[in-house]
Amino acid sequence: MGKKTGKQTFQFATPPVIIATGTVAGPFEGQGPLAEEVDVVLSDLRNGENSFEQAERSMLIQACRLALDHASRGSAEVDLFLAGDLLNQIISSSFTAATLGIPYLGIYGACSTVAEGLALASMILDGGFAGAVLVATSSHNATAERQYRYPTEYGGQRRPYQQWTVTGAAAGLLGYTGQGPRITAATVGKVVDMGCKDPLNLGAAMAPAAAETIACHFEDTGWDPDSFDLILTGDLGEIGFKLCREVLAEKNIHLGENFSDCGLLIYDREKQDVHAGASGCATAGLVTFGRLFRQFQRGELSRVLLVATGALHSPTSFMQGENIPCIAHAVRIEA
Amino acid sequence: MPAKKLNPKQAAYQKKVKKYEPKPKALRNALLAFLSGGVVCLLGQALTDFFGAVMDLPPEKAATPAVATMIFFGALLTSLGLFDRIARFAGAGVAVPVTGFANSMVSAALEFREEGPILGIGAKLFSLAGSVITFGVVTAFIVGLIHAILPGR
Repeated sequence: MGKKTGKQTFQFATPPVIIATGTVAGPFEGQGPLAEEVDVVLSDLRNGENSFEQAERSMLIQACRLALDHASRGSAEVDLFLAGDLLNQIISSSFTAATLGIPYLGIYGACSTVAEGLALASMILDGGFAGAVLVATSSHNATAERQYRYPTEYGGQRRPYQQWTVTGAAAGLLGYTGQGPRITAATVGKVVDMGCKDPLNLGAAMAPAAAETIACHFEDTGWDPDSFDLILTGDLGEIGFKLCREVLAEKNIHLGENFSDCGLLIYDREKQDVHAGASGCATAGLVTFGRLFRQFQRGELSRVLLVATGALHSPTSFMQGENIPCIAHAVRIEA
Repeated sequence: MPAKKLNPKQAAYQKKVKKYEPKPKALRNALLAFLSGGVVCLLGQALTDFFGAVMDLPPEKAATPAVATMIFFGALLTSLGLFDRIARFAGAGVAVPVTGFANSMVSAALEFREEGPILGIGAKLFSLAGSVITFGVVTAFIVGLIHAILPGR
């Protein structure tokens, strides 16, 4: 039991390596500041497919193939595929797994999926159960809107605190050995319910979960905010980000300039009318496997705490008046 | 289902959320809705007058082709992907008249077309507009009942 530290944190004896990544972003995301740091920007929201669901799947397949190509590996050389997305029964991931033909474990953590996948993959690799694990996630604005909200062409007014679901897919290949940034620790979050009910303000619902996981990581490991170049939450957006900072300040953890949120990095919020920022599985996915991976390669970062957040409600649970339960998982990535 | 009571920690957090949550700009939205709704109604009136003059119909009969034309334009703008952009600014101004009803049906039809004509378009066409019809019929029934019971015209 030597690998567990404190209450919820796992430290890896042989930290797994992110060997290569593949990232695909939608056309609207391609107009934002992240465009330079993804592999492919689509020109068509449907990606040449018949439905938006097929489009999401095709992006995920493309992201996975890119990650494998960048590592010069075939799918037969990968031991496990861990993936999840937002659609009912995680169809994007499962159908992608059918195409790739890699032994597959489907995971669901809503928008926290990328961190959940990285944590699980790291445990599997450090545990000696596999040599190479592919982690992937995707989201699509049109498929998420239709499942969680209204038909895409429905003329409703958006709330000023609403976030915009990112169209994109991201995949990362993790290995037991190799060159690249390493996952040195992971803090698995608990489900937090702070009484939020508004599915249009998920940032506020998720902020306490992020705060709790960040606080727990510091307590378990003895590290503090200054130990990191960057502490990056998943998709809290503007309101959730402020709330998270305030909740942590009450716990006497004061985050400085090195605190940021993936939801604030995808779009140019001055020019793109996205209100509080970005959300969706691809938010943390694209930032982690697109921007962070490149920044680590360029030597610009050496220690990052990624805290991806997820809202675990469903349209059914919301309509039946339930609160929105949320989760956040943290992974520590080091050069 | 009875609403679950918030525990003190949750209640304290909800107060914080309220502090950061930006309020929708009610006055601006109301003004835009007033103006855009007025424009929609003006168009409807112009169409009514037009059909009345061209087809030689009394005003109450001329309203029918005018409403049908407005529905057509609501549907057309929806399928061209423009309605949702207009509605972002106009809000209730285009949502309340028949144009909004047309939009709610056509957007659902577009959205669920991939699920086929029966389980998709047929079943989901009224996914948004259905409750308007349901409660419209219920209200009409109650009003009709009152009208029948009360003496006089």
